[in-house]
Order: sequence, then structure tokens, then C-alpha cells
Amino acid sequence: MTDTDLVITARGLTKRYGELEAVRGIDLAVHRGEIFGFLGPNGAGKSTTISMLCTLLTVTDGSASVAGFDVERNPDDVRASIGLVFQDPSLDGQLSARENLEFHAFIYGVPADQRAQRIAEVLEMVELSDRAGSMVMTFSGGMRRRLEIARGMLHTPEVLFLDEPTIGLDPQTRRHIWTYLRQLRADQGVTLFMTTHYMDEAEECDRIAVIDGGRIVALGTPDELKALVGGDVVTIATNDNVRAAGEISARFGVEPTTADDTLRVEVPDAAGFVPRLIKETSVEITSVSFRRPSLDDVFLKLTGHAIREEGAAAGDKMRLMGRAWGGRR
Amino acid sequence: MSTESTTLATPRAGRIGRRSPGVAGTLRGIYIVWYRDVLRFWRDRPRIIIALAQPILYLVVFGAGLGSSLGGSFAGGGGGSVSYGQFIYPGVIGMAVLFAAVFGAMSIVWDREFGFLKEILVAPIDRSAVAIGKALGGATQAVVQGSILLVLAPIMGVSFTIGSILLLIPFIFILAFALSSLGVALASRMKSMQGFQVVMTFLVMPMFFLSGSLFPLGGLPDWMTVLTRLDPVSYGMDPIRRIILGTNLPGGADSLGLTIFDQVLPIGLEALILLVFGAAMLGIAVVNFRRRD
Repeated sequence: MTDTDLVITARGLTKRYGELEAVRGIDLAVHRGEIFGFLGPNGAGKSTTISMLCTLLTVTDGSASVAGFDVERNPDDVRASIGLVFQDPSLDGQLSARENLEFHAFIYGVPADQRAQRIAEVLEMVELSDRAGSMVMTFSGGMRRRLEIARGMLHTPEVLFLDEPTIGLDPQTRRHIWTYLRQLRADQGVTLFMTTHYMDEAEECDRIAVIDGGRIVALGTPDELKALVGGDVVTIATNDNVRAAGEISARFGVEPTTADDTLRVEVPDAAGFVPRLIKETSVEITSVSFRRPSLDDVFLKLTGHAIREEGAAAGDKMRLMGRAWGGRR
Repeated sequence: MSTESTTLATPRAGRIGRRSPGVAGTLRGIYIVWYRDVLRFWRDRPRIIIALAQPILYLVVFGAGLGSSLGGSFAGGGGGSVSYGQFIYPGVIGMAVLFAAVFGAMSIVWDREFGFLKEILVAPIDRSAVAIGKALGGATQAVVQGSILLVLAPIMGVSFTIGSILLLIPFIFILAFALSSLGVALASRMKSMQGFQVVMTFLVMPMFFLSGSLFPLGGLPDWMTVLTRLDPVSYGMDPIRRIILGTNLPGGADSLGLTIFDQVLPIGLEALILLVFGAAMLGIAVVNFRRRD
């Protein structure tokens, strides 16, 4: 890979609000055509970083360039080269789907002779052609999101930024949207840069940067990151966790961690470990389960805390209400 | 030819939409921001009718009620006179323009609340296009709202000539533009809809009452004279009144005109004052829109 393959670069990218340091020196190098994920809990600095890359926020310190343009020196060129799908809805509910796209095509300078064709193409891509004339306020959350993705691609950007693209959508709709995104990358070679706090979504990315407390704590392919967790994850429930932990540590040389009244250990080969565990511990084991490591495990290992899904779920609910409002104006 | 159509059908990333903003981009932006507002206004026709209710209410209640206690001849000059109802008729036209202009421009607050403003602000166009487009959108709505009231002229016993209407429309537009620019400037700093009520109560209503819409601006207490002359609406209300009532007063309506230090202002100067005011407001709006955190 040469430097010309890099579509997004950042060096020591920092955002401070007075005393508060939201983003603390991030380095990035995203390749052309890559699906790059930014994974972290709410408030980790994901949206702030994406906003700086999209020139919506100024950079306090460090530098970044997108599509070959410096975000501070050439913000207009950056904006012309990127598409954006915001975390919160940004469609005009009182206009039809086609009118929303026409507005976008116009304001982004899509040449007049290509407008109609481009609009037809992106509507086709997200399977909304038959609803082109409907007012957006009649659309479901999933349809709006698809329309926003279509809009983000209308002016054939080099990079499509997606801030939590499937937040608040049901699992089926989320899978659907991922189908479009993969298709987009395959057909048009566009680079996708997204933030998410959904682990299964992060698995879809080519590479992931795990962000916590405004810093990147790990960066790699999903498999590389999972390899950071030492093999399989075994979850054990016993009558006496403290004693069991001591025995496991002494006999197998691994340190169990405690979570929700269960013990977790990471072992290279769970299938061989579990029978030995049952035979060689004196404490009564009430249940054992093991699985391949997930990105949840990676996140827990790297940061010492889980991505709180409960908190995120409440946030999703708030957003959904916001969307319902948006449709009713 | 065949290769070109294939590329068009599946354009690679970065093929189009890479024009630098420039003047053409700004003009495009102004047009589309204006067009969206006008389209939404046109779709919302019930609102156009409802917005007419308030000026008509003033006209009926004040015109007939207050008018009868003030007598048949309220103001005059040059060998003619007008009733109170006729006097406030241009005033309620100005009122319709004022409310429609500010309300139309402040739809930016709604756009911000519902997220669409982000779509506009992240586009590769100069932010001045957003301010100008919105101001022109609000002004267009205000001109329509104000002009509809001209059909009431026969009922009010006011006569028009083709010439007076052709002169009137640009003055209505200039007032509308100045006020919608004020609305854009206010909305450019406003983060929530709560602020909208405050603006309506403490700025727009006083501006309406002090503009000479309901009473002449001559012979007032000094403090009030100063306030009325600081009110930009006064400089739009006055030419509208002089043009509308001019045909009813054989000697012209300059005797009703707005004075500063006993000098009647030429309507051209009043228009200039409004244009300068509007431009200043737009300047503030552009600065606010260009600011990033």
C-alpha cells in the first residue's frame, strides 16, 4: 500500500472543550475502499472524531486529511469529497424522497444532465424507487435511513461517513442496511468510515479502531482483535467462586475474572480445558459454557469495562422518539 | 459513446460532485434553499389563509371599533382625508409582511431542531448562501402574504392605479427582505424553539406597535418618537402607506410621512435605510453560520 491509497489520515487529532478533552490524540490511516469501524461506548469520542474529519468541528490540536485535503485548510474541498449519514435524522419530512435527493444533488453541484439519472440509481440501490414521490414523513425509520444512505452516495463521494448508521433500527432492518453498504463498497469502491457501539456491526468492518475515553486502545481486523483475547472464553458458575478462582489459578495458570456471579477464563483450547476443569476442581460447578471470543470480550479485556448495552438501549429509545417527532412536524 | 454511458451508469467514487463552491455554487445554494422554503410554503396553503386572519381581525376590530369613535375623517392633507380604517389598512399589510418575514426566516430554528439544517450546513457551499437563501425565502412568503391583502382595497374604499401597485410591490419586498434578514440573524444564534416566543413577544410585537401601523408617528412624546425612529419597520410602513393612500389624497400623502427633525423622509431614502439594515443583519447571520465549535 502506498500513501496515495490512504483516504483518511489523522495525526495526534485532539478536541478540547475548555478543560474537557473529548478526543486525546488519535492517529489514523484508512485505505481506499476500506470499511473502517470506530467502536466504543457512547461518549468515547467517536462522534467528535467523525465531526472533525467531516469539518463540522474545528480541530484543537493535531491534523487530519480526507481525500487528500486538509480538514482545517480546505474544508470546502473535504465536504465536496465526502458523503455523510448523520446519527440523528436529517431529512425534510415535508418533502418527498425525490425532492430531498434533488435538494442534495443541487446543493452538491451534481451536473444538471446527470441529476435525474443519479437520483434514479440511488433510489434503486436502496429499493425505494416505488416510494420516490411519497412524503418522507410517511416513511419508517428503516426507510429514512436507507434514503439517507442513498442521499450520502448521490454525489459519488470518495468517503461515506456513517455515524451510528443502524442505531435504533430492528435487527432485520440492520442486516438489510448492511447488505446495501457492502454492495456500495463492491460496486463503487467507496471508502466507508463508520462509528458504532454494536459489536455485531463492528464484525462487518475490515478494520476496527477500539476507542475509549477519547483514545484508540486497539486497532486491527476483527480477527486480530479477537486474537488479543487468549483463545476461547469459558464462563463458569460455581457454589464458591472465590475458592474456584484460587484453584483454577493454581492448577491451570490462568487468572479468572469475575463478572455477574460467574468466572471467566480465557484458554487456548476450551474443548480440552472443560473436562479437566470439572475433574480437577473440588468446588461444585453448576454450569459451564464456552465460546469463541467476541468483540465484547476484546472490549472488556482492553478497557476493563463492558460497552454498556443497557445505557445504549435507553439512548436508542430517546432517538427513536426524536425520529417520531421529526416525522410529525 | 458506449463506454461513456457505461461509466455514467456506474460512476466510480469521486467522479462528480467535486466542483469547488465558487460563485456559481453560492448562487446554486441560494436558489435551492429559497426554492425549498417556497415549495413548503406553497404546500402549506391552509397556513397562508390562517395567517391572513390576524391582519383582517385588526382591520375589522380597530378599523370599525376605534374608527367610529375617532370620527369619519382621521387624517388628511392636500385637500382630502382618510378614515381611521383607511389609515390602518396599509398598517395591517405591513403587519402581515412583518410576521410572515420573521416567521419564515426563523424556520431555521425548526430546521435545526429537526436535523435538516445539518444537511445544509455540511454541504460544500458558502454559508452566505444559507443566510441569503433563507432571507429571500422569508421575504417571498411575506410579499405573498402582504400582497393578498391588496384585494381588500375596494372594501376599504382605497383605490389603486397600475402605477401605484407597481411602485408598491418593490417597497413591500424591501421591507420583507429587511425583516426576514433580521429573522435569519436571530435564528442563526438560536438553539431552541423557546427563544422564538421570546423574540415574538419582546421584539416583533413592539416593532409592530411602534412602526406607525396603528397611529401616526407625529406629535408623540419624545421617548416614543425616538423608539419609533429606531424601529426598522417604520421605514417600510411609511412608504407603503404613502403609496397606498396617495391616490386617495389629491395632494399626495406626504403630509402623513415619517419625519426626522421635522423633515419628511423621501421614500427612496427609507428604502435605502432598510436595505442597509437588511445587509447588516445578513452579515451577522453569515458570521454566525460560518462559526464552528
